[in-house]
Amino acid sequence: MENSVAYEKATELRLGLPGIDEPAVLSSVKNNKRSLHDEKSGENGKSAQNETAPPSKAQIVGWPPVQSYRKNNFQQAKKSESECGGIYVKVSMDGAPYLRKIDLKVYKGYPELLQVLENMFKFTIGDYSEREGYKGSDYEPTYEDKDGDWMLVGDVPWEMFIRSCKRLRIMKGSEARGLSCSGV
Amino acid sequence: MNYFPDEVVEHVFDFITSHKDRNSVSLVCKSWYKIERYSRQRVFIGNCYSITPQRLIARFPGLKSLTLKGKPHFADFNLVPHDWGGFVDPWIKALAKSRIGLEELRLKRMVVSDDSLELLSKSFPNFKSLVLVSCEGFTTDGVAAIAANCRFLRELDLQENEVEDHRGHWLSCFPESCTSLVSLNFACLKGEINLASLERLVARSPNLKSLRLNRMVPLDTLQKLLMRAPQLVDLGIGSYVDDPSSEVFSKLKTVIQLCNSIRSLSGFLEVAPCCMSAIYPICENLTFLNLSYAPGLQGNDLTKLVQHCRKLQRLWILDCIGDKGLGVVASTCKELQELRVFPSDPFDAGNAAVTEEGLVLISSGCPKLNSLLYFCHQMTNAALITVAKNCTNFIRFRLCILDPVKADPVTNQPLDEGFGAIVRSNKSLKRLSLSGLLTDQVFLYIGMYAKKLEMLSIAFAGDSNKGMLYVLNGCKKLRKLEIRDCPFGDVALLEDMGKYETMRSLWMSSCEVTLGACKILAKKMPSLNLEIINESEQLEFSLDDRLLVDKMYLYRTLVGHRKDKPEYVLLL
Repeated sequence: MENSVAYEKATELRLGLPGIDEPAVLSSVKNNKRSLHDEKSGENGKSAQNETAPPSKAQIVGWPPVQSYRKNNFQQAKKSESECGGIYVKVSMDGAPYLRKIDLKVYKGYPELLQVLENMFKFTIGDYSEREGYKGSDYEPTYEDKDGDWMLVGDVPWEMFIRSCKRLRIMKGSEARGLSCSGV
Repeated sequence: MNYFPDEVVEHVFDFITSHKDRNSVSLVCKSWYKIERYSRQRVFIGNCYSITPQRLIARFPGLKSLTLKGKPHFADFNLVPHDWGGFVDPWIKALAKSRIGLEELRLKRMVVSDDSLELLSKSFPNFKSLVLVSCEGFTTDGVAAIAANCRFLRELDLQENEVEDHRGHWLSCFPESCTSLVSLNFACLKGEINLASLERLVARSPNLKSLRLNRMVPLDTLQKLLMRAPQLVDLGIGSYVDDPSSEVFSKLKTVIQLCNSIRSLSGFLEVAPCCMSAIYPICENLTFLNLSYAPGLQGNDLTKLVQHCRKLQRLWILDCIGDKGLGVVASTCKELQELRVFPSDPFDAGNAAVTEEGLVLISSGCPKLNSLLYFCHQMTNAALITVAKNCTNFIRFRLCILDPVKADPVTNQPLDEGFGAIVRSNKSLKRLSLSGLLTDQVFLYIGMYAKKLEMLSIAFAGDSNKGMLYVLNGCKKLRKLEIRDCPFGDVALLEDMGKYETMRSLWMSSCEVTLGACKILAKKMPSLNLEIINESEQLEFSLDDRLLVDKMYLYRTLVGHRKDKPEYVLLL
């Protein structure tokens, strides 16, 4: 039954964009409704409905009928809500008695962040290079990302970093050196 | 026919202000037509393509205020492609060339260019009021021209427009001599503004009653503005974020207590919920509260706020208020006339949202309810029948169940009976939007009972042509009918072609209307424009008559085919 309907739809002449299955999806919704009324037995009707579930909302152009200005505004607002909420992360330093917290949103980039960390914990961070990490110091700034991995601060673009950083840890000594070696 | 001199008749006509009444008056006789047209100052044109600016100017030389609407309503939902039309430029050009002393221009869903705004600002020395709603095509440069050149500007009201922000200093373009502002709304602008200029502008505008800020105006500026303008009646807050223990916040709390004229509050585009307590003192007197652009407020925050708003008449809110929150509204806001509940996340089923329960609570708690826009996840016939028992004063009833074609989850039935009850008990209903699983039956009810219905919006509903026919035959006052994704076709379209001359417009998209039927209709009714919007790449005009038309827009007009149609529109 569904196959013949699909065939009819495929050969139907329609002034719409070629190659999209949107009309097909919607017409299956419409046909589905008709079968729902034809079927007196509720069970059959229900299973038919489950098989061709209504298209997910994202597929239907212009649905739900929310003004595009309002929709656009929400997407922006969502972004800036997280922005204005601040991205507070814990900062631990090996050997320090307690942790600190900083708002990553406040800083414009790595240099500023590193400066702040240096001031906060009274130490110096070495010079960063992509190849060798931080040279010239016993300390390396690292962070735990969304996947739970410990990464060296500075490798990825700033925007990406603040979105994926869960906590910071200033590693000391040999453990730190292990991270900073790019090769063996 | 006339026993009085013209001046006396004209004086009588001064008391007749509604557009409908003035139109009726002009039809009585030639003499009244003449007197009416010379004395007419305000004109409303619901479809800018129904008449030309030249004819408007010729008929109403005393025109002072013009309202124009452009694109069809479904353009709001991206169903009308870019550049379809609705350009205001030819209107402004024609008016500028004429002797019309335009003072007020109100536009909705039109394309407005910076050049048009500049021409407008320079052509009418007494220009006082510009209201742009859901328009596009202009930048802050155009706004700057209005600010700079309209010496007696009273109202600049930008509502929900897509404006390209050039981060220029449009606000600084108001000259120091401009002290006439009564209403300033720039909430939809995205860019930064010169805060010091804003403070000075507000300080020198003693008549300022309405001020709506954009999100770039921080809380400390808000505090300073309110100090300068405690007489405000309508306030739209931009950014409302601060530390509640700060000095600025305490100053704000103090100054808000002085603003006891505020009756309308909106905005909170950025908000820290902990700061909301400062607002409570003005809640007592609020009649309009619009928090539909404040996603930063959770259900609890909304509920706490609403509890203070006993005099509220209109409430626009997000669905995160939840059914319980609506219960609080129902028990607090006994004067409520209009409720709009918007989806906080249009694409997500979400947890916190509203269902039929919230609506039932509102209907039983708010006896004066006459206007509803309600986005929800589900609705039942029982709930709608209860609402219909509780509320018989609806003028506008728009229900949007987010999942299209969703049946009554309790009975698995279509929602025909529920909507039927609504139209049966609300005899003054003028506007109706349907959703959910619906058969032809609901249209039978609408045709039978909705005798005052003027606008109907239908999506994914009905079984056959009968549905559309019930509506066309029964709803004598119908002016606008918009239909998408319904199985209505040629038989329904062609049954009563004369009907469309009594309506402003008909929109049908993704229905079952063929090109052939459109050709028949267009040929038979020269007073109608039939547009086929065809975005397909195979743009061939010698098409098969059996082809289903994707989008059709039909409207009555006095001036034939429009000259500014884009390539993808086929005018039959």
